Amino acid sequence: MTPPIAPPGWSRWLVPPAALSVHLSIGQAYAWSVFKPPLESALDLTGTQSALPFQLGIVMLGLSAAFGGTLVERNGPRWAMTVALVCFSSGFLLASLGAATEQYWLIVLGYGFVGGVGLGIGYISPVSTLIKWFPDRPGMATGIAIMGFGGGALIASPWSAQMIESFGATSGGIALAFLVHGLTYAVFMSLGVLLIRVPRPEQTPDGRPAELTGVQVSARQAIRTPQFWCLWVVLCMNVTAGIGILEKAAPMITDFFADTATPVSVSAAAGFVALLSAANMAGRIGWSSTSDLIGRKNIYRVYLGVGALMYLLIVTLGDSSKPLFILCALVILSFYGGGFATVPAYLKDLFGTYQVGAIHGRLLTAWSTAGVLGPLIVNWVADSQESAGKSGPGLYGMSLTIMIGLLVVGFVANELVRPVHPRHHHIPAPRKATDDSSVEQQSA
Amino acid sequence: MTPPSSSSPPEPGAGAPDRRALIAFAWLWVLIPLGYGLYELVRKATQLFTG
Repeated sequence: MTPPIAPPGWSRWLVPPAALSVHLSIGQAYAWSVFKPPLESALDLTGTQSALPFQLGIVMLGLSAAFGGTLVERNGPRWAMTVALVCFSSGFLLASLGAATEQYWLIVLGYGFVGGVGLGIGYISPVSTLIKWFPDRPGMATGIAIMGFGGGALIASPWSAQMIESFGATSGGIALAFLVHGLTYAVFMSLGVLLIRVPRPEQTPDGRPAELTGVQVSARQAIRTPQFWCLWVVLCMNVTAGIGILEKAAPMITDFFADTATPVSVSAAAGFVALLSAANMAGRIGWSSTSDLIGRKNIYRVYLGVGALMYLLIVTLGDSSKPLFILCALVILSFYGGGFATVPAYLKDLFGTYQVGAIHGRLLTAWSTAGVLGPLIVNWVADSQESAGKSGPGLYGMSLTIMIGLLVVGFVANELVRPVHPRHHHIPAPRKATDDSSVEQQSA
Repeated sequence: MTPPSSSSPPEPGAGAPDRRALIAFAWLWVLIPLGYGLYELVRKATQLFTG
């Protein structure tokens, strides 16, 4: 498929809503938990079984983003968004058939496998295009799209819950809910498919497209550079640290203040989790936009350095002040979201726009790794502390300390990021002196 | 860095169509559901202070 080139006068402000229509849809994945209890009761499943479609979906997200990135770059954003629409919606339709016939494997295959491919391709589909349309504000542009992924769960969570309530928590009711989801998301995502355009290539005096001047590194070459792996570590550590709070947010705030004069109720803990989601989303757009002003390296110094300090405050003073605990957790979650949203712009600074979407796809394997690592550390440590007879804040001291260590590792990895050596460049950079110092300049 | 441009430059002699209505429609398309999600989030988050 030929990438759709913008006609004369096409506004770049049509590109963020196109990207949002895809990200707001696929962000539904994080609201899967709404379907778990009804599925468990209707199909007689265990908690582990009912989590399978989501887990397979996230694995497929990582795999399809990593392996499909080059195809996305070659065929353009409209092709990618069409694939995302077809896979994500038909995943729901297959799941609907599975629920109606009480064939659970079909739900896993549909939502997890087919829908998961839609998640991965959809996630990276607008990144490269947004960066090309907003060369002056790449952090803000990708921040808007990636904020949408967080926003998708906010929309789907109450919407899906209301649907299950209306249709009933039976296999027929779930099937109908899946059907409505599949059809609605197909219509909603079609806006992105119809609106997305790549900018018209403006020619430079030497005849090359303007977007390909400066440092340009291919995806294949990028994974051979230390910069890629430093950023991989940075993202993995930042995400793991965020999950450290997210995974245990509700029990953590309850346990921290259980023996105080103002214990936290179950509904207040749910409110705390909701507030963390808001911080996660706000961080995606807020911190990513800030990175356009202070530089990518500096913003990651803040995410990792200040993030470690916030964890230290929770460990040392967290149980003495509820506002302090909440504030620190909110800042950590805003950094978690910011880390996701800023990384495409960081990649663009280092590797150029040539195959930035494909490089981003490969980097998302760090997310998949963190998705396993984070819950594993937090749950394993909490269980072992409970077995050792600890209670209250003592249950979390060790895992929070581990998170500080991980953030320090990420901080060091970020410090090791340097401009990419010219031998990795796909096209020799004509303005070498300027381009080679761009990362450091932005850090200044 | 490529100089910022708010849109593709119109070709000489060709009048660029006014796309303001399309821009407004596209943003409303995504902001209305997002607003609903945020409203539900705020309702839930207030439980932290009232619950």
